[in-house]
Amino acid sequence: MRQMLAFTLLTLLVLASGLGLAVAVLSLPDAPTDLAARVDAGLDDSGVSHPVTAVLLNFRAYDTLLEIGVLLLVLTGTWSFGLERRLDPEGPVGPIQAELVRNLVPLMVLVAGHLLWLGSKAPGGAFQAGAVLGGAGVLLVLSQHPLPAWRHPAGYRATASLGLLVFLIASVATMRDGRLLEVRGREAGLLILLIEVAAAISIGAILAALFAAEAPETATSLDERKEPQP
Amino acid sequence: MSLSTLYAMTGVALFSLGFHALLVQRHLLRKVLALNVLGSATFLLLVGMARRGGDTPDPVPHAMVLTGIVVAVSATALALSLARRLKAAQGLVRLPEDMPE
Amino acid sequence: MIFDHVLALTLVGLAWRLLSTSHLFKAVVLFITFGLLLALAWVRLEAPDIALAEAAIGAGLTGALLLDARARLEPRDDVPDIAPAGSGPPAPDASH
Repeated sequence: MRQMLAFTLLTLLVLASGLGLAVAVLSLPDAPTDLAARVDAGLDDSGVSHPVTAVLLNFRAYDTLLEIGVLLLVLTGTWSFGLERRLDPEGPVGPIQAELVRNLVPLMVLVAGHLLWLGSKAPGGAFQAGAVLGGAGVLLVLSQHPLPAWRHPAGYRATASLGLLVFLIASVATMRDGRLLEVRGREAGLLILLIEVAAAISIGAILAALFAAEAPETATSLDERKEPQP
Repeated sequence: MSLSTLYAMTGVALFSLGFHALLVQRHLLRKVLALNVLGSATFLLLVGMARRGGDTPDPVPHAMVLTGIVVAVSATALALSLARRLKAAQGLVRLPEDMPE
Repeated sequence: MIFDHVLALTLVGLAWRLLSTSHLFKAVVLFITFGLLLALAWVRLEAPDIALAEAAIGAGLTGALLLDARARLEPRDDVPDIAPAGSGPPAPDASH
């Protein structure tokens, strides 16, 4: 009875907050500054011609830098739980799945590269490319391929932190008069491409590792399981 | 109702649904689902409001939502790992205060 | 515009179903569907960048994570766990 009452009360409260939110959104005044116009005005000097990429990697590059840091923190956190991946939950991988993954993963890497390249002038970029790479990694994990660097934990850690490292080094190297991440012109285009390549690789590696959940040290690679080391 | 208002209001409705489920559901996986719906609702609200100004949508909220989606998936992964850890430690997928007496 | 109204209603309906269904597996599959339809909404809102990311991450990666977690957390089958919380008998798995 008390629980029913609490449930009803909670529902009413959520409904009221929803109504309040709706009223607030409907009565919002027009934006005081036209951000779209300001982005357009700065676009020529940003190094890329796609506004969203310009915002992500130039005008508000701080956000992106910290976001890649957050991803790395999440990976560190997940690895610290000491979870184990059940390596073969449903028995061995069938031949069709194995063949499909063998053909699909290189194609996905190509698609990721294409998305990355597109990012400077059309929808696409490091995040989408990283997501496709991560998807390829998930496929590898599901078909019991150990991720390439599972055998070299240090290498995997380096791959996962590459994005943040390159981003940090690039932003410090281009720092002028104490102003961080304010690069304009042609130089910016090259810098953005460099950062995007590194970020996409790291995002892909991190997303795949988050799916696998286990830390590389605790992973037993398939080779080791099949033929025990002498 | 304009397109931006329609999707912003959809965001509001989804927000309420997700918020409610987050409060009343006890299973941790359901709480994670609710949190994800809540996040999507916020993104929908932001992007819906991004085009109320003029003809071209404002790219700044778009970039924010893009980073938001990536952060949301990593937060989901962390939450699910925590749930697995909790289950390994206690055999349950609920928070201690939601345990049956 | 009719399309947008239908899409908006479908999104809300899907969210309702996925958050209230007693079947955990069904909830996860509905969530993946929700993510795909949301990608459509991003296209309608002229946000193709977000649509791409949502299709790959929101529906793909999150879906894979959730399906994997469901298989690990509730390997036998689904525990009915619908609101109002505690109005029914405690779920059988909760006793050990």
